[in-house]
Amino acid sequence: MWVLLGIAVIAAGFLLRFNPLLVILASALVTGLAAGLGPVEILSAFGKAFNEARYVSIIWVVLPVVGLLEAYGLQERARGLIGRMRGATAGRFLAGYLLLRQALSAVGLTSVAGHPQTVRPLVAPIAEAAADRQAGGLDDKEREEIKAWAAATDNVGLFFGEDIFLAIGSILLIRGLLEQYGILLEPLALSVWAIPTAIAAFLIHGFRLWRLDRRLARKGGRG
Amino acid sequence: MIGLPWVYALAGAFFAAYALIALQGRRFGNAAFWGLLALSMWAGDRIGDLGNGLLALALVALAGLGLMRRGQGEEVPSSERQTRAARHGNILFAIALVIPVTALAGTFLFKQFPALFEAKQATLLSLALGVLIALGIGLARLRAAPAVSLRQGARLMDSVGWAAILPQMLASLGAVFALAGVGDAVGTLIQAAIPDSLFGAVLAYGLGMALFTIVMGNAFAAFPVMVAAIGVPLLIRRYGGDPAVVCAIGMLAGFCGTLLTPMAANFNLVPAALLELKDEYGVIRRQVGTALPLLTVNIMLIYWLAFP
Repeated sequence: MWVLLGIAVIAAGFLLRFNPLLVILASALVTGLAAGLGPVEILSAFGKAFNEARYVSIIWVVLPVVGLLEAYGLQERARGLIGRMRGATAGRFLAGYLLLRQALSAVGLTSVAGHPQTVRPLVAPIAEAAADRQAGGLDDKEREEIKAWAAATDNVGLFFGEDIFLAIGSILLIRGLLEQYGILLEPLALSVWAIPTAIAAFLIHGFRLWRLDRRLARKGGRG
Repeated sequence: MIGLPWVYALAGAFFAAYALIALQGRRFGNAAFWGLLALSMWAGDRIGDLGNGLLALALVALAGLGLMRRGQGEEVPSSERQTRAARHGNILFAIALVIPVTALAGTFLFKQFPALFEAKQATLLSLALGVLIALGIGLARLRAAPAVSLRQGARLMDSVGWAAILPQMLASLGAVFALAGVGDAVGTLIQAAIPDSLFGAVLAYGLGMALFTIVMGNAFAAFPVMVAAIGVPLLIRRYGGDPAVVCAIGMLAGFCGTLLTPMAANFNLVPAALLELKDEYGVIRRQVGTALPLLTVNIMLIYWLAFP
């Protein structure tokens, strides 16, 4: 039971807002010690996993492209484009992106979009430009909020689309795990049951985006 | 065969360039941080487990001691960007779309040539290829020097800062947790707290998935524990629930937890850094209102659909 101390370290560290990297290392140390490992053993196990997980950090190779395009006016161009579309609102645009992200993930194309690839260069600036026009100007806090909506919408679209695809990691994990209990399932039998939740996710998040639009329009009407 | 090592070589080259640019700006903390990451990408397989552990320790020290800071003056002024945007027009979108389109095409295409490409890594390989193509087209069409893209890349990388390796660090912590048997300990605790009714068991299963995912930052880590503790013995064996529904929707209940936790750094904290939000929990705040109702829906769906 003492190994659970590592979880307490994580929770306390995040709550007290220590540097997360320090918190993670401290938790690894506490967990390892509680399990009877020595410091060198713990550091080696951590290092081995760190090396094997390098692929997680590969996504940053897109930054030189994003940086180049931003320096040449990508965000400004996105704003100009949305300025000419009359019916475009932040909520409608994000709901459209949500649907697209869910659909792409549902056919297994999870890496096609994402925070570095699409949200920072395209989705966030377009949503921000639309919201700016709806509300007749945004303050810094509202600007932050719209950007956060863009990132959140990407996450919701990914999480509640990907499990419809047959060969995604979580479906394969479920299948493999149940096999150990002697229960054999076809991937298709699992992925169809991801559809009701996918629809519910679109309705709930879409409703919140619709309310965002109403809030922006009210502010625009007052100003 | 072309595989992940090629992509690591490319990523290492970018990190090395960021280290040199930081060195030039006399930001030594950043130079050391990106330099160590370049070393990890290039030589991670040759420096041994302890070597990698010490490398991670050094990265944590640089971040924890607050030795990293942003550069100044690299950003192109807004008026200049306006002029450039007007001059280049929609070609900017076309270049931005090169990366997702190449990732899409490569994912299918590379699998046709398993002798030449590591098929398992088709998406990551084609993502890297897409970056190179986009850079080539971009530099040619925009008439920019290659150094411009590296300097702008370094500017964005510095603004993300140490958060860039947060997901990789959490994955490593997960490995230590597994080694120490944290999952089994949580499973024992949960089994002691389950109410004795069908709805109570479904509720404990759904909430447990979400809560344990919040703690671990990953539904994949929570899933085997909850299935072993409640899913198989109670929901499937005792109450005769449909295993496909119990497991598929149970996993999605876990995903609701992912929306709520800073432990899922790559989804929740990294984008906040990437979008330069002042509130590091800003993305999570926007997700609470979707995650909680959806968790309720998932629990009800399991109750209704798995036990007809």
